[in-house]
Amino acid sequence: MAKKRKLRTQTTTNRWKNLFTYIYLIILSVIIIYPILITVTSAFRTGNIMAFDLNLSGPWSLNNFRRLFQDTLYGTWYLNTLYVAGTTMFAQVAAITLSGYAYSRYRFVGRNQSIKFFLIVQMIPTTAALTAFFVMALLAGGLNSHWFLILIYIGGGIPMNTWLMKGYFDTIPIELDESAKLDGAGHLRIFWQIVLPLVKPMIAVQALWAFMGPFGEYMLARFLLRRPDLYTVAIGLQTFINNPQDQRVTLFAAGAILIAVPICLLFFYLQRHFISGLTAGGTKG
Amino acid sequence: MKSNSNKNSIFSEGDKKYIKKSTFLSIIPGLGQLNNKQFFKGVLFLSIFALFVAEMLLFGIPALEGLITLGTDPATDHSLFLLIEGALQIIITIIFLIFLFANIVDARKVAKMRCINPENVNYSVKDILNHTLDNGFPYLLTIPAYLLMAFSIIFPVLVTIFIAFTNYNFRNVPPTNLIEWVGLDTFRNLFVFSAYRDTFLAVFSWTLIWTFAATTLQLIIGVFTAIVINQKGLKFKKIFGVIMLLPWAIPAFITVLTFSNMFNPSVGAINTQVIPFLDSILPFVELTSVPWKITTFWTRIAIIMIQGWVGFPFIYVLTSGVIQSIPDDWYEASVMDGASAIQKFRFITLPHIFTVAAPIFVTQYTGNFNNFNTIYLFNEGGPGSIGSGAGSTDILISWIYKLTTGTSPQYNVSAAVTLIISMVVIALSMFIFSKTKAFEMGD
Repeated sequence: MAKKRKLRTQTTTNRWKNLFTYIYLIILSVIIIYPILITVTSAFRTGNIMAFDLNLSGPWSLNNFRRLFQDTLYGTWYLNTLYVAGTTMFAQVAAITLSGYAYSRYRFVGRNQSIKFFLIVQMIPTTAALTAFFVMALLAGGLNSHWFLILIYIGGGIPMNTWLMKGYFDTIPIELDESAKLDGAGHLRIFWQIVLPLVKPMIAVQALWAFMGPFGEYMLARFLLRRPDLYTVAIGLQTFINNPQDQRVTLFAAGAILIAVPICLLFFYLQRHFISGLTAGGTKG
Repeated sequence: MKSNSNKNSIFSEGDKKYIKKSTFLSIIPGLGQLNNKQFFKGVLFLSIFALFVAEMLLFGIPALEGLITLGTDPATDHSLFLLIEGALQIIITIIFLIFLFANIVDARKVAKMRCINPENVNYSVKDILNHTLDNGFPYLLTIPAYLLMAFSIIFPVLVTIFIAFTNYNFRNVPPTNLIEWVGLDTFRNLFVFSAYRDTFLAVFSWTLIWTFAATTLQLIIGVFTAIVINQKGLKFKKIFGVIMLLPWAIPAFITVLTFSNMFNPSVGAINTQVIPFLDSILPFVELTSVPWKITTFWTRIAIIMIQGWVGFPFIYVLTSGVIQSIPDDWYEASVMDGASAIQKFRFITLPHIFTVAAPIFVTQYTGNFNNFNTIYLFNEGGPGSIGSGAGSTDILISWIYKLTTGTSPQYNVSAAVTLIISMVVIALSMFIFSKTKAFEMGD
């Protein structure tokens, strides 16, 4: 008798729990989807609207996308961003793969000090050194130049990402290297042919992060690039929306979609590697 | 201790004298190596030393002198150039000192080896190069990383420190004027005197509130969602999982700019659509338009909520990973001991999440401490002004931005605030990292 009653109360609590679970998830999903849906639909709306709202009545057209490339510098901004992000990605991934490998695989004089150095430097918020970058750019001709920005982006991410990369290299058993060494493989061969193929997932994740960074970075880019034809998309798109008298929200929405869609696709494609990369690097878990 | 005394007894008095001589001689790099009969290495080190001396005479000494005076005549001296050159020279000197130290260690080591087993010492050029390549490989691998960091972290930090102690602002702009060292004046202004102190304290306290509120909101939503979604037997898990990831996948600046428009108090979607909708479905509550972006309070609430939206998926993904990695036997064992669902959650799931993910949670706090995008792109730090160029929702990093880019730039104040930010962030991270195992990761 008593057992039966206990079972029944358990199923009722379960039912309540389920109900609550789905209500929670649905509300959260609505909150997430609502602004995204607004942006997506606005991109296809015709006419000029002052502000975003959810309006599914149409009419729809691709007009905004055409105007984006005909009437604004959006195409140039996009290419600029691809150039900055691409270069940053290649250089940064190369540098952190090499240094992460060195810290994971070799025991050398100064190793522990330099790992601690990375850990501390990693905490310094580089972008905050705005004044220093300003002075350096002023003297080295770095204002209005992409390379200066690229160098800052590359270097700024190195300590943290070397750290994550080292953590991931640590998860690859060292016995592999040792047996290859016994077979007569040299340093480069062990690195290139034995270990590197095994860390591809982490390299992919790091590449994505390094690539996404310049797309979203606003502060330094806004500060260093002062000519509209040099803007990256983040600064360019902001000009559509930051002037209260001239709100081009539909253009903003169209531009935003052309950035967000490819990045989202890359993101979901590489998503399953994120967790292993994060926990392996951050906590050695 | 024991091995030490053993080691000493290996060497005869003559050997000891010889080792001492090699070490001592290598204070001028190369001489110690020559004393060890390593001619190639000795000549190489000597020429590096000669190069440094020449550099020091031609460039270094004037550079350091310039750093001390920052120029005497505005017609010929450009204080900023002098500052930068001085900083560069300091880095070059530090690199040389590291080389000097390594060279002394090397001379001592080789001298000792020559006394114990001389046949292991490399003398020929080929042997030395091979040996260097073999042992130097890891150094070679880290050089690109160090060079890049030197440009974008080490050098800027040095320059920032210097500028914080000068009077570099819109009144003193080279080449028209000279910059001067002013010691701790800038910091004194920030902490003790003048209008800066009030602004600094106001901005700083809001930065702390913002960091705490926004990050904690992210953590609560993220951890809670992960727990809810990872329940056994949940339907539509995949779909929900994808939806929860969207805010992370979309670049944050797009999200914040979109929300900035939606929170427009007169025409934005929140006031024209969401609030009327909520008003119609919720009984007993009267909801009216909210003055987003007009009053400080509601702007702050909006920014914190937006950061919750933007930031929770990262926590959710991380926490999901941790939850899935908890072995089932832990739960089974606890059920045998009669644990209830709540107990399982409280004593197994939650502690495990926090031990594994704590260091990354901390980076979320430091990240928001410097979250320029959300603050600046939402309302440019406004509404209103609280003096010294700061708006009522400005955090330290966006204040720095305004101090540097405004119409009357205060570079020295900006640099001083940067140093304070870095100190806070480093102190906080060090404290947390020392509590966790991160520092032990060295080996």
